[in-house]
Amino acid sequence: MNKFKFLWNIAIRDSRKNRSKLLLFMSSIILGVAALVAINSFNYNLRKEINKEAATLLGADLSATSNRPMDSTMMNILDSLPGEKAKEMEMMSMSYIPKTDETQFVRLKALEGDFPFYGKIKTISSEAAQTYKTGRSALVDESLMLQHGLQKGDSIKVGKTTFEIKGKLSGAIGSVGAMSSVAPVIYINMTDIDSTGLIQPGSLINYAYYFKVPANLNIDEWKAKRKNQFRSENVRLETIEDRKENLNRAFSFLNYFLNLVAIVALLLGCLGVASSVLIYVKSKTNSIALLRCLGMKPWDAFLVYFIQITFLGTIGVWIGIGFGVIIQSALPLLMVDFLPVSIQMAVSPRAILEGLIVGISVTTLFSLIPLISIRNISPLRTLRVATDETSDQRDWLKIGLYVAIILVLTIYLWVLTSSILAALGFVVGIVVSYLLLSGFAFLVIKILKNSISSSAGFVVKQGLSNLFRPDNQTQTIMVTLGMGTAVLTTLLILQSILLNNVSLMDSGKQPNMILYGIETNQMSELKSLTESYKLPILQQVPVVTMKIDGWKGKTKAQWLADSTMTAERWAVNREARVTYRDTISEDETLVEGSVKPYRNPSDSIFVSLGTTFAEALDVELGDEIVFNVQGTRMVTYVGSLREIEFRNLSTRFFIVFPNGILEQAPQFQVLVTKTPDNATMANYRGAVVKVFPNVSVIDLTTILQSVNDILKKVSFIIQFMAIFSLLTGLIVLISSLTLSKYQRLKESILLRTIGASRAQIIKINATEYTFLGVLSALTGVGIALIASFILTKVQLKLDFDISWWILLSIGFGLVLITVIIGMFNSRDVVSNPPLEVLRKENG
Amino acid sequence: MSPILEVENLVMSYQSGSKMLTVLQDINMVIHEGETVAITGPSGSGKTTLMGLCAALDNPTSGDIKLLGNAVKPLSEDQRAQLRNKFIGFIFQNFQLLPSLTALENVMLPLELQGIKGAEDDAKKLLERVGLKDRMTHYPTQLSGGEQQRVGLARAFINKPKILFADEPTGNLDGDTGATVESLMFDLNKDFGTTLIIVTHNPELAAKTARTIQLKSGHVVADAKNLVQDTTN
Repeated sequence: MNKFKFLWNIAIRDSRKNRSKLLLFMSSIILGVAALVAINSFNYNLRKEINKEAATLLGADLSATSNRPMDSTMMNILDSLPGEKAKEMEMMSMSYIPKTDETQFVRLKALEGDFPFYGKIKTISSEAAQTYKTGRSALVDESLMLQHGLQKGDSIKVGKTTFEIKGKLSGAIGSVGAMSSVAPVIYINMTDIDSTGLIQPGSLINYAYYFKVPANLNIDEWKAKRKNQFRSENVRLETIEDRKENLNRAFSFLNYFLNLVAIVALLLGCLGVASSVLIYVKSKTNSIALLRCLGMKPWDAFLVYFIQITFLGTIGVWIGIGFGVIIQSALPLLMVDFLPVSIQMAVSPRAILEGLIVGISVTTLFSLIPLISIRNISPLRTLRVATDETSDQRDWLKIGLYVAIILVLTIYLWVLTSSILAALGFVVGIVVSYLLLSGFAFLVIKILKNSISSSAGFVVKQGLSNLFRPDNQTQTIMVTLGMGTAVLTTLLILQSILLNNVSLMDSGKQPNMILYGIETNQMSELKSLTESYKLPILQQVPVVTMKIDGWKGKTKAQWLADSTMTAERWAVNREARVTYRDTISEDETLVEGSVKPYRNPSDSIFVSLGTTFAEALDVELGDEIVFNVQGTRMVTYVGSLREIEFRNLSTRFFIVFPNGILEQAPQFQVLVTKTPDNATMANYRGAVVKVFPNVSVIDLTTILQSVNDILKKVSFIIQFMAIFSLLTGLIVLISSLTLSKYQRLKESILLRTIGASRAQIIKINATEYTFLGVLSALTGVGIALIASFILTKVQLKLDFDISWWILLSIGFGLVLITVIIGMFNSRDVVSNPPLEVLRKENG
Repeated sequence: MSPILEVENLVMSYQSGSKMLTVLQDINMVIHEGETVAITGPSGSGKTTLMGLCAALDNPTSGDIKLLGNAVKPLSEDQRAQLRNKFIGFIFQNFQLLPSLTALENVMLPLELQGIKGAEDDAKKLLERVGLKDRMTHYPTQLSGGEQQRVGLARAFINKPKILFADEPTGNLDGDTGATVESLMFDLNKDFGTTLIIVTHNPELAAKTARTIQLKSGHVVADAKNLVQDTTN
């Protein structure tokens, strides 16, 4: 008979009455693979859709954008492009809705030309996309119309002009749904923009020029030749290819997060696989010993169970793939507000193949850890229950297996994150956690062994002794439970930190409203209006716009041509918004130098720089910086460096001039205040928009409300995805505790036989499981605290401000579940006669 | 008759805490083909350890064992497995049937391990012989203790072993059932011409063999032929 056929037959026969015992194993695989396939499938479909839709997302072959009107030289170069052209001006502004007497923060887009060239502005009704270009008309975002009960034909006032609403905008070019809840879009015709009075010195406007070029012109090559020239003028060129790359990069964050969830689910799945197979092997020890006794070779005995596990594992992987494909079709629905494209629910062969390969490799590798011990099971077990199978020799195969697991995990993480450092960091983290958990468990066992007082009651003594008696599972359980807890707690801590940091921005006495674009002659009237609403004027700041002409003895042009330039381009090219004062504000800390006032025309001008900006421009105290203040060249020196706190809403300036220089330069004012409640805020905002239509009002409470709404949706997605991790974690928990069940069963039966009461057995078990739960929770939460602290401080650069209730509830929850599952496992012993239990377990 | 099992200067020690515990001390014996031997002695005298070593289930601390003319010591684990599979049969006190295999499958197992075709026919015949014709498709949990041991007997003889080791074969059975099993075991042994080595406390069972080796504290204290072999009930 063919040997494999024989082993296969034995494997199938042997599994007949044990398939339910492998349910935990199958569930771990199914959940892990389902998460992996769903997430990868979603990611690939998203990428595919972005690539397919990139042209309509940009709406043109080339866009040129800048935050100031285009320089004539640059414009001439752009105008030389053959084909069609269009222009767009975009700004944030307040709008007034006469029908409801309400105001609304909006993103105003003024269009000229037949933009978009690819795709179209989605409107209801469809002809509105054309009709809004005539008369003083506008297209208004659907959500805004719904919120204020507006209909086609109603009006909306932006700046000084009232527009008739020609239709609902159901999709602006290249924007995502979630953004519209912060600032809904309004489209108007470019010819109407001047009449709004919003175009003033200091207004924050984005200028975009769109081009559709003939098919024979390679626009990417055209762009590559000119991009540096445009960049030095702070103009950003973007082609369809760039848009694809940019979108893919923008979504890499989502990818990272989803991948993290997939890795967590997979790792927990691996733990589930290893511990459930260990349970299975333990329950099979006698059968294996008998097969060995009857003459089966050690490796053949191993193969019998390897075949079983691999066969069932492969079925589990395929079921997981099936679930993954179903779940991936739900993900686009969850994320519809965050995606610029609608995703077709296509089955991704690549995701399926990856799920299959990763699923089978992981199942095989992790189940091999307990499986290879089969070859060491002695046939002597048939004669004696207690047989020492430990060997002083190192099991090199097992060591090799651990190395293979680390290698496979690193390679997989490398592929997933595209960063070997991230992959290694992750793997090192896991290994360190494992060692910490094992070490802690070892320490606990040692301490317990030497410290249990003989005066402790029988029940407590017995319960605690179980933790260090021969064949105890303390170390295994603490490692699996602790690892699962650590991973899940880290995820939850990070989520809460992100949400906390956002809500902190709107707390206490922090300002919540900024008014900008105020002309100097409007200031006194606006102050009176503000005071009439009994609102404090927390800051009143003048702002002057300027550009950098040179630094450290070279002009900007010389630096840009210099390959050794260390300054970052954003710092060089930005249009700087500068204020002037001789003081340090509350949000700032002086870290170097001193604020040097300007007293005489012969004095040098010393500016104060934010540390981030100084680092980006690579300048130090005393270095020269030349500014171009709207045509006037001004030589200055770095007099001081300030650390700026960015958390609160307030005006912040990278560059501060001393008093006495910029007072006469063209400028606008900014006013910062704090409104006590929403009603006052709405009334005050309405009054400002009516009297000063050119003034933009940024209302933090409303914006934070929208950000909170977005975060709530994100949280929901996180929680939805965390279900995978939680379910797999639960399986790990059940597997780990079932391990100890086999160990404790016979002891409990013996105790029952010699007369221990039901209550005593329950108490003994409860003591053991409570202790295990508490120890695992402490270690797991401890590791999570360290990991999330590092991630928060190093990666996210946020305050590590955690809610202790999360840790308490996780800890308490883990102890509770551990005790419940532990007690559930021993329910037979306490409720049935001892021999009946023995018969059942041996059967 | 030629020797089938030769034991020479056998010593078996275990590490017990900080002390070495010697379980078997300087055991020497020769068992010939076709012999029936009982190894007896009080609990802890080393009977089961001696049987495990003789059946190539374990390695001695020192000394040599020759089974069927082959020295066991130099054999690899795979070679020992092959030796057990082809030439040795086992009967256990606690039956040791695989719970997930039917009675028939349990009996077929040793032949299937050898890759021999027609195992099913042989197994059926043997099950019929031990009176379990109607219980072939039953699982161990569906059989009584006596029936389980009869399946054990059928399995032990299916590979026509040269030597059969029985560890307290009736220890878990009541008097009548035990007697039936004993009788079957000796009958089969006779039919197959097997060498039988029984480890037992039971003097009556020991008396049914041709020779009794008595152990005490790891030493052979007596090795004598039994005058009357009573294999009847």
